Amino acid sequence: MKDKLHVYIKQFGLPRIIIVTFLLSLCVLAVIYNLSIAGLLSDTLVRTGMHGVLVLAMVPGILCGIGLNFGLPLGILCGLIGGLVSIELDLVGFPAFTTAILVSIPIAIVVGWGYGVLLNRVKGSEMTIATYAGFSAVSLMSIGWMILPFKSDEIAWIIGGGLRTTITLTGRYDKILNDFAAISIGNLTIPTGLLLFLIAMNLIVWVILQSKAGIAMKAVGDNPRFATAAGLNVNKYRTFGSILSTVLGAIGIIVYSQSFGFIQLYQAPMFMGFSAVAAILIGGATVKKASISHVFIGTFLFQGLLVVALPVANKMLTAGSLAEITRIIVSNGIILYALTQVGGGE
Amino acid sequence: MAELIGVNKKATIWDKIKRFSLNNMVTIMFVIICYIGFYYSELSFAFFVNDLITRIARNAFLVLALIIPVLAGMGLNFAIVLGAMAGQVAIIMVTHWGIVGWQGFLICVVISAPIAIIFGYLTGKLLNKTKGQEMITSLILGFFANGLYQLVFLIMVGSIIPMENETLLLSTGVGLRVSIDLTGGLKYAIDDLIRWTLPRTLMMIGCVSILIGGFNIYKYTKGVPNYLKSKVKLRMINYSIAGLAFVIYSFVITNGSSLLNNIRVPIVTMVIIGLLCLFNIFISKTKIGQDFRTVGQDRHVATVSGIKSDKIRVTAIVISTLLAAWGQLFFLQNLGTLSTYGSHEQVGMFAIAALLIGGASVTKANIGHALLGTVLFHTLFIVSPIAGKNLFGDAQLGEYFRAFVAYGVIGLSLGMHAWKKQLQGKKL
Amino acid sequence: MKSQESVLKMSNISKEYYGTRVLNNINLEIRAGEIHALLGENGAGKSTLMNILFGMSVIHSTGGFDGEIELDGEKVDINSPLQAMDLGIGMVHQEFMLIPGYTITENIKLNRELIKKDFINNLMPTSLKQIDLDEMNKEARKALDTLDIGIEEWIKVAGLPVGYMQFIEIAREIDKQNIKVLVFDEPTAVLTESEADNLLKAMKKIARSGIAIIFITHRLDEVMEVADNITILRDGQFITRKSKDDTNVFEMAELMVGRQIESLAKHEAKDIENQPVAVSLRKFNVAMPGEEVRDLNLDIYKGEIFGIGGLAGQGKIGIANGIMGLYPSRGNVLIDGQPLALNNPKESIKRNLAFVSEDRRGVGLLLDTSIEMNIAITAMQNKNKFLRDYKLFSQKSHRQIRTHALDMIKQLDIRCTGPEQIVRRLSGGNQQKVCIARALTLDPMILLVSEPTRGIDIGAKKLVLDTLIKLNKELGITIIITSSELAELRSICHRIAIVSEGKIEGILMPDASDTDYGLMMSGEYNKLKSKEVI
Repeated sequence: MKDKLHVYIKQFGLPRIIIVTFLLSLCVLAVIYNLSIAGLLSDTLVRTGMHGVLVLAMVPGILCGIGLNFGLPLGILCGLIGGLVSIELDLVGFPAFTTAILVSIPIAIVVGWGYGVLLNRVKGSEMTIATYAGFSAVSLMSIGWMILPFKSDEIAWIIGGGLRTTITLTGRYDKILNDFAAISIGNLTIPTGLLLFLIAMNLIVWVILQSKAGIAMKAVGDNPRFATAAGLNVNKYRTFGSILSTVLGAIGIIVYSQSFGFIQLYQAPMFMGFSAVAAILIGGATVKKASISHVFIGTFLFQGLLVVALPVANKMLTAGSLAEITRIIVSNGIILYALTQVGGGE
Repeated sequence: MAELIGVNKKATIWDKIKRFSLNNMVTIMFVIICYIGFYYSELSFAFFVNDLITRIARNAFLVLALIIPVLAGMGLNFAIVLGAMAGQVAIIMVTHWGIVGWQGFLICVVISAPIAIIFGYLTGKLLNKTKGQEMITSLILGFFANGLYQLVFLIMVGSIIPMENETLLLSTGVGLRVSIDLTGGLKYAIDDLIRWTLPRTLMMIGCVSILIGGFNIYKYTKGVPNYLKSKVKLRMINYSIAGLAFVIYSFVITNGSSLLNNIRVPIVTMVIIGLLCLFNIFISKTKIGQDFRTVGQDRHVATVSGIKSDKIRVTAIVISTLLAAWGQLFFLQNLGTLSTYGSHEQVGMFAIAALLIGGASVTKANIGHALLGTVLFHTLFIVSPIAGKNLFGDAQLGEYFRAFVAYGVIGLSLGMHAWKKQLQGKKL
Repeated sequence: MKSQESVLKMSNISKEYYGTRVLNNINLEIRAGEIHALLGENGAGKSTLMNILFGMSVIHSTGGFDGEIELDGEKVDINSPLQAMDLGIGMVHQEFMLIPGYTITENIKLNRELIKKDFINNLMPTSLKQIDLDEMNKEARKALDTLDIGIEEWIKVAGLPVGYMQFIEIAREIDKQNIKVLVFDEPTAVLTESEADNLLKAMKKIARSGIAIIFITHRLDEVMEVADNITILRDGQFITRKSKDDTNVFEMAELMVGRQIESLAKHEAKDIENQPVAVSLRKFNVAMPGEEVRDLNLDIYKGEIFGIGGLAGQGKIGIANGIMGLYPSRGNVLIDGQPLALNNPKESIKRNLAFVSEDRRGVGLLLDTSIEMNIAITAMQNKNKFLRDYKLFSQKSHRQIRTHALDMIKQLDIRCTGPEQIVRRLSGGNQQKVCIARALTLDPMILLVSEPTRGIDIGAKKLVLDTLIKLNKELGITIIITSSELAELRSICHRIAIVSEGKIEGILMPDASDTDYGLMMSGEYNKLKSKEVI
């Protein structure tokens, strides 16, 4: 009996147990403090939809064998360019949102290809290199934001060169998905459009994973030597996975921005990859295994935790940043745990 | 591979230059970038040198803390952030108790040591569980520890941990202020003990250098084993010439009316940095130093020949963390303000970037790399905002460039290393 | 001679791994100054015996062993390699335990560095004591001189010829003051002929200084040249102990191989040579680490079951891997008379070759994937089977995969809970059947199977081999089996090639004599035959 429990705990993973327990106790506290459960749930749903696509971007990366894609900022930067272009073209509403995505995809494909080629050269150290590729791309683009020739008043500073740090989307495509067919039941608001979009993206990825190329990609990630023997070009499919991940990152940030209401430039994308990595790990993924269900579970748990932690912490303590601290500890803690599970100890 | 080619004595000078520049590409590139930056910044030489000396005194210790883990094959220790935290914990305590000057500093050194050793031990244990992924682990560990650090000093201090101090705590009585001024406390606690003018310092360095050269000449005339001959010869010539040059240059400055005469060098800090260099040399010649290198070169062979490689790896990280803690003390006493939640964050990245710019790699690092790297990286720090402003009308641009360079050089260097490893794997 | 006490005595050593007896009552006795050859095929038990001698953790983590070890007449318990080292047992490893970035001295003195003896040093804790490089160099020099190696002791090991590396390993062992027994594990395998000669001379010299040497090799002529006594193991059994003077190469070869042919499925001889050539290799080279193939020529006929045997490390494994494009190869390969593009696995699969790898878990399977996907994936990727095409994109056809997998499970009798079970949970034999099922799904004309029965139990072994025979008979598939188990090859193959040093030493019929097989395996066959002709 004890053994069984032990095995079960091991399968479920200690950190996941801790996180779920933590979340549950926060929920209990929320009830005790008389916080609006419906409000918290709405918030969680919105934030799940908001981060979902970014987390989904982890799936092809993990499956194709490059591991946790800490280089997600590369995709995010592509998405930001798309988002800016659609404003520059003075588009509004769904056309603006769609254009943002359509512009960013080809850019992301090119960047993802380069990224894949890079990662093929550094097998075994992908995660470290990806992290720094992401960091340096963000810094490089910071210079880029200062000199790119965008003209729109909404984007660029009126005086002096360079783009604004935060660009508001009000009147462009602010919350366009969130508000689409949103349903309100009392205090609970369900962001139908946002969730539908997330489900659609997951469906697309699922279809890709069932296709010939998708199956080949999974085989390459699972066992490169097997894949070679099966006549597959390992590097090609790793690159394919990197491109897919980068494109999803680009779309992800556009979804994120429309929900957030702002586009954030400069240093903002730096650490976005870490949150996405943490979310999928919380969902039950490992450095080698991930599935669509991990995306939903992980994003919901992680965002739920953050959403509930904030008001509860405010009730308990006056110090404001407990939620942020929780995020840092939880997200990095789970990544560390995942790294110890790679089996580096021989 | 370089050694292999090195055997071939007939390599022409041209080949040698080519090989040298290939192996030191990053460093050479930086010398050029720094020069261009300096040129466009239009800074006066004296101002620049003054700034540079301050920054070397501030940062060199931290960069030197990175060398031992590289020897032990654990790559670049991003987790020196934890050491820096240990140092800051000590500074906060000492500032709270109101102990000032070098006495306060000394107490910081004593307090930070056990904390750093515990942190280092835990880090080492964790890194033993993630062999092959040490760098990403230590990087994430830095972030994770930062979360805990914030939890302690932002939430727990004043609430769970009793503490009353109006100058340190936020107005709510819970959590430390974002920045703590060390002026009148630990600021310049060591730097201001003794300060010499630049010419005098140069003169002294020159004399020491000549002495070392002389000692090597003495050794050479007494006879040295074959395998050391070329080394000793090189040393005696280099040290003597460099020493002479320093002495002469110091005379030139003193007799001129250069602003360089006004620069005052914090001698004690410099001497301690020098001692740390000697410590690194000392360690590398001891039994444990040899073990570090053995484990670093081939963990399997080390284990087979009876070395407890896991233990050695932990030791390496403990030493590195401890040095980082002390390094952070020097850093902050010079800077004069403790940014409670930010001072440590970038420590790992900047120190590592500096080491790599100096020509080190994931598997090779020495004192020369550390010192040269510190000089080059901080030259860039000084000149890039001003050069950015002069060239593009915006200092921010230079700062982004600096960040790009720091991240880029780390990424590039790690990437080159991984690529080389892959190529070698293919050849076998 | 007889009166001399033995240095090392291992008596009645037995060892079981998970219920299989790999060593049975082995005795080994060596006197000081003796060179004792330990002979046996792969899997005869030589390495297990040495692992016991060195107290390796594999032995203790699998339940220890039975029997006694005596060193200098005293019973000893060896629990770790470190202890073995302390007791004076040394090993010259086959794969070098050297650090390329270190000087020769540093390698010789690895973890036995000498400490400076001045005053301050004496006060320091051990790990902070300064190393005395001069003294180390001197001692290293001495060890090198003993071996007549003129090389400077302070140059780095990286880039030295392989022959030197071997000597540095030896120098390290003889530099240990208390060394009593020194084990040479296939030391000449990587050496050129003249290097090997030097090594043998050095061995004799070391032995003369009173160190006992255990010499593990398969080169019988070397044994005749240096060994005093010979112990032969076979299948974990002690076969014989002989003095060199009482035996000869032929006898040793026979004793090494000799066994009754197991009564596995025997089948009628076939008139093979009139068939067209299915696979023709000319000047075929494969750079597979540890299993290099060098300028090999071979013809395999249509419809035959062709066996490839030989000792480990001689290159037999490399042949199939090279043909399938898994390791860099060069030379001419004709499949049914048409040239095959090398180094391209996809091309090999297209030419109706299928491969069952010797590394089942590493190359052969996706361990965490279902049985059905494991069976279907190669055919899906290379022959577009099991796919539904929607013009813009394709999807896997669940139904087709399931039907086919169920069919295969039935045909090959794969024991599982269902086609969705992941293969990691299957037994070795059933995993092997999944590999074969995948290969068959490609509808191959030529099937290459490497080590088909490695690590699977007897019952499953027979089933796998029977399956291969059935495929050959009923579908006319040409089958090329690579195996370390000679008995297995002799029971099902029409012809058997023995590979030695990357080349074909010769091709034998299954019923050829044990002596011929033994001589070919140790690479002596052609040398001796050519002498006879003269």
